[in-house]
Amino acid sequence: MRSWIFLLVTVAIGAVVFFGARYLHNDYLFFAGYVVLEYLVLATAWNILGGYCGYVNFGTAAFFALGAYTSVAIHKFWPMPIPVLILLGGVVSGVVGLGMGYLTLRLRGAFFSIATLALAVVVQTLITNWDYVGGSRGAYVVRPAMVPLVGSYIQYLFLVMLTLAIIAVFAARMIERSWLGYGFASIRDDELAAEASGVPTLRLKLVATTLSGAFMGMAGAPLPYYVGYLDPASGFNLAYAVNSIAMPLVGGTTTWIGPVIGALLLGTVQQVATVTISSAVNLLIVGVVLVAFVIIAPNGIVGLVETRLRARSDR
Amino acid sequence: MDFPVELLINAIVAGLLLGGFYAAVTAGISIAFGILDIVNIAHPAFIILGSYIAYIVNTNFGIDPIFVSLIMLPAFYVLGGAVYQVYYASFERRGQESLRGLAFFFGLLFITEVGLVLVFGVDYRYVEASYIGPTLRFSFIDLPLRMLIPCAVSLLMMACLQLYLTRTFIGRAIMAVSQDQLALRLMAADPVRIKRVAFGISIGTAAIAGAFLIVIQPVEPSVGREYIGRVFAICVLGGMGSLPGTVLAAMLLGVVESITATFYGPSWAPAVAFGILLLTLALRPAGILGR
Amino acid sequence: MSAPLLEVEDLGKRFGGFVALEGIGLSVSSGERVGLIGPNGSGKSTLVNCLCGTLRNETGTVKFDGIELDGYSAHERTRLGMARSFQLPRPFFSMTLADNLRIPLLYAVAARRGSHLTAAEIEVRCAELLGLVGLSAKSRRWPRDLTQVEMRKLELARTMAAEPKLLIADEAMAGLSHSEIDDILALLVKLNERGVTIVLIEHIMRAVMHFSQRLIVLVSGRKIADGSPQEVIQDPEVVRAYVGE
Repeated sequence: MRSWIFLLVTVAIGAVVFFGARYLHNDYLFFAGYVVLEYLVLATAWNILGGYCGYVNFGTAAFFALGAYTSVAIHKFWPMPIPVLILLGGVVSGVVGLGMGYLTLRLRGAFFSIATLALAVVVQTLITNWDYVGGSRGAYVVRPAMVPLVGSYIQYLFLVMLTLAIIAVFAARMIERSWLGYGFASIRDDELAAEASGVPTLRLKLVATTLSGAFMGMAGAPLPYYVGYLDPASGFNLAYAVNSIAMPLVGGTTTWIGPVIGALLLGTVQQVATVTISSAVNLLIVGVVLVAFVIIAPNGIVGLVETRLRARSDR
Repeated sequence: MDFPVELLINAIVAGLLLGGFYAAVTAGISIAFGILDIVNIAHPAFIILGSYIAYIVNTNFGIDPIFVSLIMLPAFYVLGGAVYQVYYASFERRGQESLRGLAFFFGLLFITEVGLVLVFGVDYRYVEASYIGPTLRFSFIDLPLRMLIPCAVSLLMMACLQLYLTRTFIGRAIMAVSQDQLALRLMAADPVRIKRVAFGISIGTAAIAGAFLIVIQPVEPSVGREYIGRVFAICVLGGMGSLPGTVLAAMLLGVVESITATFYGPSWAPAVAFGILLLTLALRPAGILGR
Repeated sequence: MSAPLLEVEDLGKRFGGFVALEGIGLSVSSGERVGLIGPNGSGKSTLVNCLCGTLRNETGTVKFDGIELDGYSAHERTRLGMARSFQLPRPFFSMTLADNLRIPLLYAVAARRGSHLTAAEIEVRCAELLGLVGLSAKSRRWPRDLTQVEMRKLELARTMAAEPKLLIADEAMAGLSHSEIDDILALLVKLNERGVTIVLIEHIMRAVMHFSQRLIVLVSGRKIADGSPQEVIQDPEVVRAYVGE
């Protein structure tokens, strides 16, 4: 499928989703939908570095929260429209991703992953100690009730996140099919052989880390407006870290569809579980599903489908 | 100028005691990651598990927590062996340990933490023991017993481990397994079984470290996360698999953290471990061949 | 007489206390066919790794095409024109055979040229390379579906895809049958006729003797002989090193 056709199709689907939800006159759909889309962006972002390149980032929460806190910091100084905040959040998280990558990507993947774990703790510590953004007490963000043209504020936020999700998926797909995507895959398959084949592995890994971090920051930027309040506990919530890893692994890590499937599936299940059971139990479910899939179906749902198709064509 | 020498010395002493404890916490990672090359980021979860078990037994039966952990040692050893068996069958054998193995351990870490939250809630738990209150005093130097006893037992444990690894057949086989599997097979030792024993020992140390933890400080499920950065920082700094190196590195980290906490406030402590970790990683020789 | 393509002077490499290579000096002229032999553990693979940038040598210099390679990473050296095949084939398992060849085309050849290759050019070159090694029928298959021999051929094809001036084949023929060895040798000779300088690292003596214009012998990290195959095999030191081989 040509790229611009893909874009048109996704925009069309997005429009259907948005206007469909409006038609149903249920604001809760927008609240829940926002979270699912947020996870879609996070899962797609994670997958650029984790699935395509094979480098596991445990610090999703750090990049995400940096985007959220950039919004808070700027809001206190000079309130800006959300799209601008998204861009700025993306820049901040992207730069942090680049910096951290530069320090750790020369080494084995395991060290990079450990460093991301530690990074999450450190960024949380730094922000908890930064009183300008509220420190451990948190910060309040006042949001307008209505937005012209669109309707209620939550619908506006939903639309923003929907747009971001479309952009993220489109970008992931474009990367995957480009020379860059081949380079990423070669790094994932065999970094030594990739270097010997002329692939500038460090440079590509830095690109992946920066892009991944940037999208995570962009996903986090609207968060203070979604909730109206932001504190380290909610910004650095472990749910972000585990979901951004579980969703691509469940859906399938080698292609852009995997995170989408994983996010839609797991995200929806969690939204339902939070309402019907409890939010702690739903996190437990995600953890168990992650471990189960990693052991039993390492290539995710996409992998299972591919195996089924291949078996059929080999016959 | 009145430089607070007494404060500094006390900070250093406290740091050394803390370092002894950190050594016990890291011992398992030194074995699992340093020697076996298994990135078990769930290790802190096993430690917290040990803490909670010590808490339950201590609260219900009044038994000393460190004693409880010694009794729990065999159970944790078996648990470690089981976890390794799954890890080996699912990942190591298929050569997929990087992405999937990491995700596996992360999943375990997560499930443990959330499970503990569901069962015990997020309140801090603590144990009662005769040595938790008192403090020894030598002129101006404070030696809280709740830090001193775990530190002493920890160093004893490290010494025993080192003896085991260097003097027994299985211990030496463990040291060798990371370097030359073929030679091991020729010596009629099964590398998989050796690794299972080693990983079992690794998780066994977590039981003991867990008891130390809850003696030193109150525990709640998310406490484990702070330790991930610490244990890997110490493991890398200590030379990846050298137990004496681990002890030294742990003491160093303990002292630096203690001084930072004393003069700049305790909320900066996690950042210290990360800083040291980054520094150590940055100074390692570059290259894809890593170690 | 033009300058040699590859010039190595006093190269040394240690692993902790173990001296893997010491005082290695050699040169390879453009268009030559050089064989590198030595007992197991003599340092051949270490030498290759140092030449190609996978390992850093502590002492000595490596000059390729007049350029001193110190500080050049592995991928930069490949772009300059030095490519190597791995002793144990390392294909990209998640890609088809054709895509495996695409990587060096996209990254080594394109970088050297300064512009991306068109899709058509890539198709043509992949097809040509697969045809050269006899794997055309399997261009859309996956590496895990290949036999050992086919994987070695793929490995060679991928090395050739980088369009090197100097190709280092690291034990490309181990475990192959008589006729398979002849196939690979014929392939390498064909490449050489096109102008590619080849360094063949091998244990299989008849292949090396037949192929090489010059033979270099490594024992315990040192070069002990360097000359025509006939001279070298009669060298008493070489004979001593191979007693029992």
